[in-house]
Amino acid sequence: MAGGTRGPVPVPVQSQDRNLTQDVLDLLDTKSPLQSSEDFPSIPQKDIKGALDRLASRSMVEYVAKDTEEAVLSEEAQTILANGSHEFRVWSAVKDAGKILIKDLGNVVGTEAANVGQGNAFKNKWIKKDGDSFIPIKDDVKDTTRDQLREVSETKSLSDAKALKELKKRKLVVLTKVITYTVTKGPKYAKEIPVEVTDLTADMLAGDKWETTNFKPYNFNALGASQDAGALHPLMKVRQEFRTIFFNQGFVEMPTGHFVDSGFWNFDALFVPQQHPARDMQDTFFISDPPKADKPRADPETEAQLDAMEDSSKRLFASSQNTEVKPRDYEKYWKDVQAVHQDGAFSSIGYRYPWSADECLRLVLRTHTTAVSTWVLHRLAENPRPARYFSIDRVFRNETVDATHLAEFHQVEGVIADFGLTLGGLMKFLEDFFAKMGLHDLRFKPAYNPYTEPSMEIFGFHKGLKRWLEIGNSGMFRPEMLEPMGLPKDLRVYGFGLSLERPTMMKYGVDNIRELLGHKSDLKWIREQPAVRLEKE
Amino acid sequence: MPTIAVDKAALYRALEKEYTTEEFDQLCFDFGLELDEDTSQSTKPEDLAQPAQLKIEIPANRYDMLCFEGIALNLRVFLQKQKLPKWSLTSPASGKVETLTIKEETMQIRPLCSGVILRNITFTKERYESFIALQDKLHQNLARQRTLVSIGTHDLDTIKGPFTYEALPPEQIEFIPLNQTQKMNGKQLMEFYEKDKNLGKFLPIIRDSPVYPVIYDSNRTVLSLPPIINSNHSKITLDTKNVLIEITALDKTKVEIVNQTLVAMFAGYAESIEPLRIVSPHNNESRDVPDLSPREMVAEVDYINQVTGLDKSPAELGTLLERMGLTVTPDTSDKNLLNVSVPITRADILHQADIMEDVAIAYGFNKLPRVYPNKTAAVAAPLPINKLGDIVRVESAASGWTEVMPLILCSHEENFEWLNRKDNGGTAVRLANPKTAEYQIVRTSLLPGLLKTINSNRHQPLPLKVFEVSDVAFIDLTKERKSRNERHFAAAIMGKTSGFEQVHGLLDRIMLMLRSAFITREQGLANEALAGYWIEEVDDPTFLKGHAASIKVNIGGKHHVIGVFGILHPSVYKPQRFDLQYPVSTVEINLEVFL
Repeated sequence: MAGGTRGPVPVPVQSQDRNLTQDVLDLLDTKSPLQSSEDFPSIPQKDIKGALDRLASRSMVEYVAKDTEEAVLSEEAQTILANGSHEFRVWSAVKDAGKILIKDLGNVVGTEAANVGQGNAFKNKWIKKDGDSFIPIKDDVKDTTRDQLREVSETKSLSDAKALKELKKRKLVVLTKVITYTVTKGPKYAKEIPVEVTDLTADMLAGDKWETTNFKPYNFNALGASQDAGALHPLMKVRQEFRTIFFNQGFVEMPTGHFVDSGFWNFDALFVPQQHPARDMQDTFFISDPPKADKPRADPETEAQLDAMEDSSKRLFASSQNTEVKPRDYEKYWKDVQAVHQDGAFSSIGYRYPWSADECLRLVLRTHTTAVSTWVLHRLAENPRPARYFSIDRVFRNETVDATHLAEFHQVEGVIADFGLTLGGLMKFLEDFFAKMGLHDLRFKPAYNPYTEPSMEIFGFHKGLKRWLEIGNSGMFRPEMLEPMGLPKDLRVYGFGLSLERPTMMKYGVDNIRELLGHKSDLKWIREQPAVRLEKE
Repeated sequence: MPTIAVDKAALYRALEKEYTTEEFDQLCFDFGLELDEDTSQSTKPEDLAQPAQLKIEIPANRYDMLCFEGIALNLRVFLQKQKLPKWSLTSPASGKVETLTIKEETMQIRPLCSGVILRNITFTKERYESFIALQDKLHQNLARQRTLVSIGTHDLDTIKGPFTYEALPPEQIEFIPLNQTQKMNGKQLMEFYEKDKNLGKFLPIIRDSPVYPVIYDSNRTVLSLPPIINSNHSKITLDTKNVLIEITALDKTKVEIVNQTLVAMFAGYAESIEPLRIVSPHNNESRDVPDLSPREMVAEVDYINQVTGLDKSPAELGTLLERMGLTVTPDTSDKNLLNVSVPITRADILHQADIMEDVAIAYGFNKLPRVYPNKTAAVAAPLPINKLGDIVRVESAASGWTEVMPLILCSHEENFEWLNRKDNGGTAVRLANPKTAEYQIVRTSLLPGLLKTINSNRHQPLPLKVFEVSDVAFIDLTKERKSRNERHFAAAIMGKTSGFEQVHGLLDRIMLMLRSAFITREQGLANEALAGYWIEEVDDPTFLKGHAASIKVNIGGKHHVIGVFGILHPSVYKPQRFDLQYPVSTVEINLEVFL
């Protein structure tokens, strides 16, 4: 073997212990063209094709395929061909013996031949009954069936088409499609397959060997080697796209590291009344243990983290007039939230119902990340300034699970605080935001949300589905939410949100949310989902 | 959001226009409603068998649109076909206002009552059905399934005032309930309706109270047993001329909203609205009801123009607001102020923000000038724990592991018993009201989710290598919210061999990426200042004995135990647990120490 072969030389195609490729080459040396049906009659078609393809891919042979129909003898027919038809065997036994008792016939020629053959021999007037015995009528007969089968066996066909049909009906022959190949020498014909190497190696590069090396042809119709790759989850890939969009727009990520929140932060501080349907047992997971939250109070650890994150923002954009930090008064915040619900405050008539501190301190699994936005906005009241925050994290709803609802999903949320914001500005921002996801036509529907006013549902035109789809919610936070925090009246705040699952399902064509989130996802599916590239539709 | 079905032909007649479905959908969109379905486009035989309906979703705070009358009225006003009517009370012809006296005993169960009389009403089948349906919708929504407010309606000509609202022991209250023939007392009534699919759910509101609320006329005829059922005696029919509405409640604000809404929607079919005099001295709730006078509010022109981005004069704002049913009188002394009369139908208006939104709706949200707030300057920053988590995720995937995202909620046994772990009672956050046993606690480990994911994929070619970086939660009584999340990293491998070295190798790789050097246990313990990580054999019932290691790190001179890896104990694979056929090794660490 020539040096430098890393992979093995191709294994010759073997069939019935024959080296077929070599047989073809050998035969072509003396006979060209050759016919596969004649020259290799006993080799199965797929084997001969494999051998020819292998040679043809190396230009050693060329071939043309031809479809024909072939008659093949059944097992029963093979017996007839060897021993004669049943009637012939009956006649011949009777003639040889001169006389056979009818009841003994089975013992002489076999039960099957006796049963089928005596009737036909009788009908053909080859034998007749004589008392309880058969005696011959003819001295010589012509076994037509056997003759026909002999013809079929020799020519794979029968000149008498009607008779062929009859044989087929008698299940003596089967018609099969066969492909025969007419093979001629190719431009690179040689008496044997030259030694081939599968790959370029360092050895070959060291000299000039590569120039004379015969490389095995590459199969360009097959996939390459499987990569045994790891993969990120498609939902997390979409999350990354959203993060990039938010970071490019200067958003600071919010500290969402607590699934459990109090009614205060999740509802009351957002001006969601205590009798609101969202606070029903049907919609919200309440916590039985631990039993109850503390009243809102300082959280130095999280504060320090956000301080560090906003350092450069403060360094670069600190305004000279607005550096005074007004410490937060949690007790006042608590009382103002109560007042705005129960009695009305901050120019609002409020909901006017008896507000319960116990209800407010119930612990829940957060139903939205807006609970965290609320905390962040309250922090902003220390030093009211333009700011942008976002988060993408898990939220919980006590939903009945179906193809589009799970008890958990991810909320994507953005918050923009600034002085003198307009509603049209929010639309403009959202148009840009969704354009980055390939959604260019947006329209906004007035909607109701207890903590935003105005509230807008965002609809986008889906080109694939050719209809308007609700793609998110947005609005400007209510004064009843912002003013108890201590934010000035003219600092207005946009909020917008959408689920992470919905655009992911649209992007990857997933119908059932359970295939996306949760333990029922298919690992193969996870590995095979392409990159997101939201801007590409 | 409630969905209201209205007769399509009747609504288009009321709006004086034959809309196409698209046109009507657009009208709804502009007003902030949602056309759910036009049944004339349905293919279902039950839809086609009856006159076409429009199913319209109503915002949850628009109680004045929960029936045909309200939808037609508000859209007519919006389309400038009419102005919103002004509702007012008429003194009774007799000169004597009907009274309802509230007894102090009602304080124990349902202390408030309001009401009204609609005189000479003309019902048709449609109006009657709409009247009943509106009460249902109000009961479901604003009244929170009758707990806060409930409505009773009566044919006034079958009863005789003055009326009393009392609270009595159930055995003492006897009457024939609506559409029944049998007289029963309060206790029997509870048994009778126990299995009723409509009323059964309301029984608990009063069932265990020693006294039940009840309304009587001057002949001690029972009118109703709020919030459960009216008496059959005073039931209204298509022929009823004079209607007494009584509304009992726990909530002072909502009882009046319900009263005003019923009046605004149905007074149009009556000749006059007569007051009811409530006598309730013990809680200072004596008054004449309903109060139909508009609520006066003040809104700032500047504020409205600023937020909408418009530049409208007070008069122009007045025109826009009129389409939303609000009446505006510019303030004579201050050009910047609008005096806004809020009609009884608009209980949703709490603040000038709501008035501003109405201007935006009347003008058209999608026509508002879209000016980008380009003043904002900000510098983006990722949350440190997310940045850290993403590093670990990317490195794990690059090492050939597949990221999975199981759920955070799980059952108690998956999190504890199935992993041979003990719950000391103070660890896991427990849910009070899950709908299924699948969700009992917030997970304290990522392992159950990984193992369940492997189970779902167990027919795929081995080995299966999965990981997750996500939060678990623990009870932490030092925190305001009494719990805290912790960011974990975990991986699991299932194969024909245990994969112990694989999870170990992945751990080494992650540690290398987190700049933590491998040191031996002896080095770690001997040298306080030597930063890095080491592993120690540990006896942990989750894992096969001798094949589990505790992972320790020294960061800045502080030692932390951050997790454990090993071959899962054979009991974990059982069919009644995670049901796995091949050996599994796992690693799980807490990432917070690397912040």
